[in-house]
Amino acid sequence: MIGAVLTGMVVILALWGAIKTPYDPMAMDGAAKFSGISLRHPMGCDQFGRDIFSRVIVGVRETMLISASVVLIGTFFGTIIGTITGYFGGWLDEIIMRLNDAVLAFPSVLLALVIIGIFNSGKYQLILALGIAFIPSFARIVRGEVLKIRNLDYIQSVKLYGASDFRIILVHILPNLKTVLMSSVLIGFNNAVLAEAGMSYLGMGVQPPNPSLGRMLSEAQAFIFTSPLTAIFPGIIIVIMILGFSLLGDRVGKKS
Amino acid sequence: MKYVLKKLLTMIITLLAVSILVFFAFSLIPGNPAISRLGTEATQESIDALTHEMGLDRPVMVRFGEWVTGILRGDFGMSYSYNQPVMKLLSQKLGTTILLSLMAILLTVLLAFPLGIYMARNSDSKLDIALTTINQIIMAIPSFFSGILLTLIFGVTLKVFTPGAFVSYKTNFMGCLGYLFFPALSIALPKVTMVSKLLKDTALSEANKDYVRTAYSRGNRTKAVFYNHVLKNAMIPVITFLGMTFADIIAGSIIVEQVFSVPGMGRILLTSISGRDYPVVEAIILILAAFVVVSNLVVDLLYHKFDPRIHV
Amino acid sequence: MKRFKAVSTALLILATMAIALCGCKGDKTEDSSSSITIGIPQDLEDSLDPHKAVAAGTKEILFNIFEGLVKADSKGDLIPAVAESYIISEDGKTFTFTLRSGVKFHDGTDVTADDVLFCIAKNADASNGEPLISAFSNIDEYKVDGNNIVISLKEADPDFLQYMTMAIIPKANDKADTNPIGTGPYKYVSRSAQENIILKAFDQYWGEKAYISDVTLKICANADSIVMDLLGGSIDFFARITSAQVAQLQNADFEILEGTMNLVQAMYLNNDFEPFKDVRVRQALCYAVDQKEIIDICFDGKGSPVGSSMFPAFGKYYIEETNDVYNTDIDKAKELLTEAGYPDGFSFSISVPSNYQPHIDTAQVIVEQLKKIGVDAKISLIEWDSWLSDVYVGRNYEATVVGVDASSMTARAMLERFDSESSKNFVNFKSEKYDELIRKAIASTDDEEKTKLYKECEWVLTNEAANVYVQDLAEFVAIRKNYTGYEFYPIYVMDIAKIKPAK
Repeated sequence: MIGAVLTGMVVILALWGAIKTPYDPMAMDGAAKFSGISLRHPMGCDQFGRDIFSRVIVGVRETMLISASVVLIGTFFGTIIGTITGYFGGWLDEIIMRLNDAVLAFPSVLLALVIIGIFNSGKYQLILALGIAFIPSFARIVRGEVLKIRNLDYIQSVKLYGASDFRIILVHILPNLKTVLMSSVLIGFNNAVLAEAGMSYLGMGVQPPNPSLGRMLSEAQAFIFTSPLTAIFPGIIIVIMILGFSLLGDRVGKKS
Repeated sequence: MKYVLKKLLTMIITLLAVSILVFFAFSLIPGNPAISRLGTEATQESIDALTHEMGLDRPVMVRFGEWVTGILRGDFGMSYSYNQPVMKLLSQKLGTTILLSLMAILLTVLLAFPLGIYMARNSDSKLDIALTTINQIIMAIPSFFSGILLTLIFGVTLKVFTPGAFVSYKTNFMGCLGYLFFPALSIALPKVTMVSKLLKDTALSEANKDYVRTAYSRGNRTKAVFYNHVLKNAMIPVITFLGMTFADIIAGSIIVEQVFSVPGMGRILLTSISGRDYPVVEAIILILAAFVVVSNLVVDLLYHKFDPRIHV
Repeated sequence: MKRFKAVSTALLILATMAIALCGCKGDKTEDSSSSITIGIPQDLEDSLDPHKAVAAGTKEILFNIFEGLVKADSKGDLIPAVAESYIISEDGKTFTFTLRSGVKFHDGTDVTADDVLFCIAKNADASNGEPLISAFSNIDEYKVDGNNIVISLKEADPDFLQYMTMAIIPKANDKADTNPIGTGPYKYVSRSAQENIILKAFDQYWGEKAYISDVTLKICANADSIVMDLLGGSIDFFARITSAQVAQLQNADFEILEGTMNLVQAMYLNNDFEPFKDVRVRQALCYAVDQKEIIDICFDGKGSPVGSSMFPAFGKYYIEETNDVYNTDIDKAKELLTEAGYPDGFSFSISVPSNYQPHIDTAQVIVEQLKKIGVDAKISLIEWDSWLSDVYVGRNYEATVVGVDASSMTARAMLERFDSESSKNFVNFKSEKYDELIRKAIASTDDEEKTKLYKECEWVLTNEAANVYVQDLAEFVAIRKNYTGYEFYPIYVMDIAKIKPAK
């Protein structure tokens, strides 16, 4: 219940950010620099006198968009690769899993750094870089699970009845991946939010003056002693976001 | 034994794949390292001369061949920026990063396993709910941010350690461990929450399976069933996850080293990427990748032990 | 019970770790009188050979290790160093330097005239194209005469003495780029890449010896942890912190010194990029950008606006009036854009090096200001090395916000680059009038005429709106209160030898 409420809040914020913001999130006001909480600025203003609330809601939208795209890329390709290699095995499995391991051996930030080194920094480059970096871990989890299911007695008996491989995968294996996938997707989403923040800390990803939660957080730490407000709100929103999704995930996990 | 040999072989193939990926990825990156070295006073003549001196005007395959044969001899080449052998440049930093990563892994296991087991055994108790909530909040804090908070609290306010005053493990091993404790903790914290949550979830779903119910109905003692069957089976995804976490932990150390000014591989990696110091970048990635691949091998072997059904 | 044991063992190990780390609190502050740890923003990556080092961040450190025949003092004047005295002939063509006796290199050997000749030869060598010091192509001949070194020029050059700050290094040292040996107040001890550089006071220094014997230059590549490093006590001194960082250090154990960075921060425009080819477009941008607002928002009002490629520390060359040419006027800017054929504005991207926060902040304000005249600018953060290769050398960019400094105290160092033929003209500025003026100015042997011509060059840059000039940034230095004596220079150096223990 709490999860649904928190997630709902974040989603509403994101939608709001997509439609309209109280202020232009980029508009600067020298007089309002670092101003505190007020009726006009419910979360105060940042180092350029920009309205933090407006930036936070746009930032939520950006962060959700990036993280969701990353997880989508990771889950989609990871499930395909993991299912095929896990189910069929053999030399295909060997080759793909070796390549998979090779990519997995690059820590995701390293891989993202290399990709961004080639294409320069930017939002779409970041999605691509992190998306690719997320595929192998999904593939590995799915493959492990498929290996387990494949050897279960009932799959073997379905096979004896002459069901095609395609049917077995579609009807008997994929539905059984739901639990594992659900928890991986949620962990993955949370990881993506954290990875976005980490990459922003290293100066990649969303370009200023555009906000994303990670970007705001890393900009804010330079002022953490004197103006903690600039860090607190993006921080709280990140926590709410991840909290909401993992609570929701727990619920979904329990139901199934 | 045959299984182990086979795994070793695949590990070597993986490393070869990594080295090919690494070398050619960096040949694609735009930007000439000679220009970076010459800086703003560069002229076309001096750039050409230095490009030639650094051997960058030769075909890429020739350079790859030399690079690989060099590595087999333990020679990663010379750093462009420092005019020093790469290995000499990295030796101490490599130790620091590996030490930091190992500490983070150790902390993760030490904290996550007892926590996860406790939460699974006492699920839905008040303490479990409290722990789960705290867990989930901690999971939501990026490691660099928890690093900053730890520095703020323990470094600046409580003065438990001096931020930035890193001592090398060669001069003072305990002091180095002490300094690395907080960086390791901020890397480990999110991993602890994830591993313990996963352990709890899988243990609970395992506990609901028929065979466990059967065991219970036969009057087996709860504890024995839990440790002998439930936990053993629940370990499989947890170990997979831990294995994948090694790469994440190293990635985490690259970022967290920046927060705590730890002079490990992370810092030199970032500056070398932007400095186009390819020999250094390639060496670092290859070494870190080797570390990950070896730890994955260990995971695979453990996997094998826990679940004999899986034969790859 | 077994599991309980596991939990308690885990806790025990954690506790031991915690105790271990309590025992290792930094104890370096106790002996503060003879040592200091100085934070620097980047490692000296280019070269430790003073003749090959190019980055301003490297040169400011090497200033402590090397000296020329003459060196700059804190007013920017040249004082004799390795040379005891010098005489300039009346026609300004012959320079006679008398070597100071008893000057020793850090390895204990004496400086000889041979070493000086070696250094001049190395920097004048044109076999690789341009010589290392381009002004040395003007040298006709140089020779040793007893204890004197005599240099004759082809043409008189009032600026020539500036180039004799060239470091004197021993001819015998064949590893100049990894093992630097000079004559300065500090000698190089060791380095660890991306971690630190260790210097030690040179006890056989010919002049006033350094006060602090052990110096650790600690590389603080992460700007965000500088404040914590200062507050935590792992560094005692950091030059060039931002005003936001200064605010964080209030009430702490630090003295904040304020000076200027001595550079020209501007939005440099690629004059070959289509809209910027039109002088009216460039002028429109200048009218739209409000220097004062930038300085107020990003730098708490600290910083001196500039209107051309010259900063106030240059004194006689600096023209304050250039600031007033483009007082912010949105209507005028729009008018100019319409005249130029862009009534609805246009869009372009600003490449900004990602390791320089002041430039990123400035670019963000400029983006907002340009919106008012319908111009849509986008920031693209790039690595410093991509900046060097793509923007500076490749000239493949639209606009960039950076600071350009002077490599020596000569107007030539600031202005020569805008000659349309110059290899350093990364903005592709083309003006026949400018080319004529700058070449005349460089060739001129009369100081008064030279100054006048350089000033005319500056006016051309302003009137043609070569770039959108912003400011000379304010420089803040944080120094722990145990130390004192730091002095600012009008050039980009950090003189460690002047720092001494307080009281």
